[in-house]
This record gives sequence, structure tokens and C-alpha cells, in this order.
Amino acid sequence: MEALLEPIASLFGAAWPAVWTLAKIVAIIAPLMIAVAYLTYFERKIIGYMQVRIGPNRVGPLGLLQPIADGVKLLLKEVLVPSATSKGLFILGPILAIAPSLAAWAVVPFWDGGVLADVDAGLLFILAITSLEVYGVIIAGWASNSKYPFLGTMRAAAQMVSYELAMGFALICVLMISASLNLSEIVRVQGQGQFADMGLGFLSWNWLPLFPMFVVYLISGIAETNRAPFDVVEGESEIVAGHMVEYSGMTFALFFLAEYANMWLVSILTAILFLGGWLSPVGFLPDGFHWLAIKTSMVVLMFLWARATFPRFRYDHIMRLGWKVFLPVTLFWVLVVAVWIMSPLSIWN
Amino acid sequence: MAEIRNYTINFGPQHPAAHGVLRLVLELSGEVVERADPHIGLLHRGTEKLAETRTWVQSVPYMDRLDYVSMMCNEHAYCLAIERLIGVEVPERGQYIRVMFDEITRILNHLLAIGTHALDIGAMTMVLYTFREREDLMDAYEAVSGARMHAAYYRPGGVYRDLPDQMPQYEASKWKNAETVRQLNENRQGSLLDFLEDFTNRFPKYCDDYETLLTDNRIWKQRTVGIGVVTPEQAKAWGFTGAMLRGSGVAWDLRKKQPYEVYDRLDFDIPVGKEGDCYDRYLVRMEEMRQSNHIIKQCIAWLRKNPGPVITGNHKVAPPSREAMKSNMEELIHHFKLFSEGMHVPEGEVYAAIEHPKGEFGVYAVSDGANKPYRLKLRSPGFAHLAAMDAMAKGHLLADVVAIIGTMDIVFGDVDR
Repeated sequence: MEALLEPIASLFGAAWPAVWTLAKIVAIIAPLMIAVAYLTYFERKIIGYMQVRIGPNRVGPLGLLQPIADGVKLLLKEVLVPSATSKGLFILGPILAIAPSLAAWAVVPFWDGGVLADVDAGLLFILAITSLEVYGVIIAGWASNSKYPFLGTMRAAAQMVSYELAMGFALICVLMISASLNLSEIVRVQGQGQFADMGLGFLSWNWLPLFPMFVVYLISGIAETNRAPFDVVEGESEIVAGHMVEYSGMTFALFFLAEYANMWLVSILTAILFLGGWLSPVGFLPDGFHWLAIKTSMVVLMFLWARATFPRFRYDHIMRLGWKVFLPVTLFWVLVVAVWIMSPLSIWN
Repeated sequence: MAEIRNYTINFGPQHPAAHGVLRLVLELSGEVVERADPHIGLLHRGTEKLAETRTWVQSVPYMDRLDYVSMMCNEHAYCLAIERLIGVEVPERGQYIRVMFDEITRILNHLLAIGTHALDIGAMTMVLYTFREREDLMDAYEAVSGARMHAAYYRPGGVYRDLPDQMPQYEASKWKNAETVRQLNENRQGSLLDFLEDFTNRFPKYCDDYETLLTDNRIWKQRTVGIGVVTPEQAKAWGFTGAMLRGSGVAWDLRKKQPYEVYDRLDFDIPVGKEGDCYDRYLVRMEEMRQSNHIIKQCIAWLRKNPGPVITGNHKVAPPSREAMKSNMEELIHHFKLFSEGMHVPEGEVYAAIEHPKGEFGVYAVSDGANKPYRLKLRSPGFAHLAAMDAMAKGHLLADVVAIIGTMDIVFGDVDR
């Protein structure tokens, strides 16, 4: 590979590392955007079948061109900026929403070594970047200078911050047993252990010893991405679309893309942190990216399934769940795991 | 110090949970509702006034458009009022058909009510499930009247025509191939009664499905238990009727208390709630659907055994058969008079009320002996329910307002008239 790229590298001279990195970024973002577009399609299809209907089936064969049509429609629509808004912030809002949800992918390992930035503080980077997302929502709601977005913003600020705590503590458990913040390292650690030696790798992954954390992380993930049943931020039947009420065209599409990119991100992180990333579940099958893709898709499917099944939480119930249930549970489990690691019963030596 | 003011928002009329055109001016303190001020009239069509300029029969289709999710029940109250003024007797078969379609309508209405209530609370799958069943009942409407919604099937003196011996069939098209069409038509091979019997056999299973989705769901309970509590005293004072009243534990049902048509001959129960909250009202509606299903079964059994006329033979009220009209001078005159001048209703006034799916739907009619009503006053249940919005929503969160609108089962055709 290196030898193959040598002539091209010399062509760019000193600018090569930048060009090469850009190429890699495109190689991640382009498939991601396609995945996001088709996630909307699959969501509509899958929820459609769950709801005894068909879902999109008019645009292209089986409706497969529907996301393209939606994208074109949103691109061509006028970006309305209501006169009472704070213009600069109004535009900045959606940008701030989508930027972190794309930036976080920099440290996500797709296979062994297949990562844009193999940094040691990868997990920390993810936490830091995803925390920024709430600013997009807050700024959008505030800049809209409108009542429903403002309510949505207040809800978003409280909800996303609360669940970040629970999520953070769940991740602390993971990093304690992995003894690393590097996402690739976290996956590799899951490939070791008694069960992995027996060829039953899937029992060595973090989901089993950290099962409560796995559940908390999954639910917090749904809450973090503002998906049903935690979608009070945009709560269709309550505050119409929350912070997105005043947005149209591409500015709206950016929020939409950010939401779905976040769904993928949370799912892939669940797969990496708890479900062994690219590792094969059984010894006799080779590891690889396809395992990560399958696991991630399963988690995304859970998201959709939950959306089709549950009623929406009320805002104060979400807060109660976050602060009074998840936080104590995760804190307690951090303690349990800490004691477990130091005890002779530890399985992570 | 800055002055602290409440936050006033306009909830509707363009709002996903406004159930049509409800405009609710909410005064919020944070998300807590301080005052909920419903503004009505956005769907006012002046039905009462319009009726004064139409012959008695011409107003029947207007009744469909009042509460447009329980069409035949509205017609029923109106026809009942006219019949009481004239003193005409409805043939027994006509009464059974009316009762059967009243109960079909009740199921239609409650399916929509529960479906949209769940949709408002965020369980969007429910509404699509309930619409699947509504489809079958709409087909029954269509088979009997030709229209899926605005049936105009009940007439003073009975119902327009007897139940059809065959169901309309699906036809193969670009989107439905022969195999799909065959499956869709499977339970449509027999008469309307066969089709309905098949439905009544399937329906309890569907109710169980809904209950697995909602009844024990923790989120659903968190959202409905203790929300919008109405005590029995309050419910009576506010003029609540129907599920809203029974949810508070008052066993008041016109079908039992002031039986009309053949309800006194049928076996059914009146479910009542205990707490008077949204959850109890949901349970009451759920059970009412099962009871309605039971009533429909009894009606089907009776209708199978007892053929006969479905509309009165008094041709001053109901038109003669087409055949008789073509061959008989007197019938021709009746026909001409009925469809031009319309019938004359004796002088007097009457109040006729039925147990509409939403509550007591009453028609107060004053006749001066002309071919038109002198005055028509409609008593719609939704109006009284909506009036309690402020009292029910006060102190609750914004999200609960949505649950309360859902539990009231508001339809604006009914409220605004």
C-alpha cells in the first residue's frame, strides 16, 4: 500500500499528510452519509412493517431512491431565516449540531488498525465531542426566538446533560476493566479471557460482566440521541418539533442528519465497548469489519424497535430515571467493578 | 429585580395534538400549566341554523358531519327526535340494525379515541393497529350505505334499506395482485352479517393486542395514572357523560337508564372506573369496545333469524318502494310529496338523546308543523368535556395537556357544530 502510494505522495510533497488524511476523512464520511440516508429509509420500512403498513415504495424499486429524493427536496428548499431570529446563531445552530456528530468518528476503529486517529484518549475524545452536541440544540432553540423551540431547548439542555452522567459512569466501568482509553485497545481486551480461549468469544465481551452498564448505556444512548421514547426534545405531539420548529430546508436537514449520524455513532460505540467491536463471536470465524457492521445494525434495530413500541416518557420522568435510577445504579456498579478487579475473583488479569 | 411573568403559548389550532382545530391558550410557569383556555369555533358550520332552512330529512347528512367519527349515532338521535314528534314506530328489524350500527360506530369511535390518545402520548403504533380494524368497520358502513363516513343511513322511521347479501370485493390492480386480492376478499364472500360475525370473532384478540401494548406498559401508566383526575361530583357538575363520566365511577349510561330501541332486550355491562384519571377512562373505553362487540354478536344472531321490513310502512314519513312508486298512483304522489315538499312534523317539541360513543348526544327539536324544524338544538358531549379543560389541566405539565386532550376524545365537528 505504502509503496503503491509513493509516487502520488511525492507529487504532493510536504502537503501529502494533509491530503492523505483528507482522503481518509472522505472515506469515512461518505459511507457514513450514505448509511445515514439509508437509515431513514430502513427506519421507515422497518417501522412500517411493525405497524402493518408498507413504508416508502414509490420512488425507485422498493422505494430505494426515497432517501435521495428526500435529500434533493431538502437541498432545493429555501432556507428561511425568520426576521426575529438572531441570524448568525440561527445558522450556527445546525452546524454545531452536525459537526461533533461527524468529528467523533475520527477515533472509531472499524477493524484492527482501521481508524483515522488511533489516539490513546479516544474514549475521552468521544465524550468531549459528543458533549458539544447539546450546544447546537441550545443555540438553535435560543436563536429561533420562538416559544416552542425555547421549550425544546430547555428540555434538551437538561436531558442531554443528565444522561451524559449515567453514560460517563457506564464508560468508566469499561475503561477500568480495559485499563485503556484507546477504543482499539478496549476491543482487543475483550478478545481475551477464559471464554475467548474456549472459542466462545462472545461470552468474553464486556456486555456479560457489565450487563447492568450495558443496559444503562443502551438506554442512555437512546436518551442522548433524543430518540423515542425519550424524544421529548422534539416531542411531536407536545412541542411540535422543539428546536427545529423554525428551521427549513438544509438547516433542518442538518439537524436530521446529525440525529441519525448520532444513532449510528451510539450504536457503533455500543458495539465497540460492549459487544466486542470487530471481533468474531466464535473462535472458528475470522474477525473483521463485517462483525462490527452486523452488531451495529442490531443495536440500531433496537432503537427502531423501541420507537415503534413505547409511549413517550414525560419530561420529569426522564429526569427522574436519569438522576434517581441510572446515576445511583452506575455509581454502585463502578464500586462493584472496582472491588471485583482488585479481588482474587477478577477475570481481567 | 426583573418582573417574572408566565409564559403564554398558543397550543394550536395548527398543532399535531390539537385533534383538529383546538386552539388552547396555555399559561405556563416553566412547563407547569397555570391556565388552559380553550378557544372554540374554528369548525363552526352553523348546523343548527342550516337545519332550519332544510326539510327534516335533508338535515340527516348534516348530522353525519357533526361528530365525524361516530356518524350513525348522530343520525340516530336526530331520527329519534323526529320519530317521537310524529309518533311513528320503527320496525323491530330496523331497531336491531340501528343498535348494531350504533355499536359498530362505538367501536369505530373508541378505536380512534384510543389510537389517537396513544399517538398523542407517543405510542404511534397503536393508531395504525386500530385503523386496521376501523377499515373493516368502515367497509361495513360502505356495504350498507355506499359511503364510508357520511352514511346518511338512518332515516326517520327506520333505516334506508336492508342489510346487503353480499360484500363489496377488492379488485386486482397495479398494487394488489390476484393473490393479495384473494386474501383480502376471503372474509367477504358471504353477506354483511357473515362479514361482521367474522369481525366480532376476531375483535377480542385485537383488543388483547392493544392491551399488551398499553395496559401494563410502565410508561403508559406513568403518563396516564393520576392525570386529569375528575371526581364523580365534579364530573356531574360539569355535565360529563359517556366514558368521561363512567371513568369517574358513575354508572350512568342511557342505554341502561333510559333504554331506547332494543337495548333493554340485549345483554351487556356498563364498565366504570374508580379513580377518574386518564388511565381509568382508557380502561373504560377498552371494555366498552368488548361490550359493543358482544352486543353486535347478539344483534347478528337476531337479524339472521328475523327478516322483515326495516323502515316504517307509513308513506307520509318514509318513501314507498321504487316498484310500488312506478305502478301505483297513490305511491307516486307520496314519493313526489316526500322528495319535494318533505314530510310535515306535528307541532311540538321534543328532546331525544342517545348514548353516543362520547357521551350523551341530544337533539332538541321544535316543530311548528311545517316541513322544516322551527328550531334545532344539538347537545354535544364534547362541548361539556372541553369546558373542563382548565380545571383538568391546571397544575399538570405541558405533556399532560396532550394526554388530557386525548382522553377527552375531542372531535371538533362535535364541539363546534
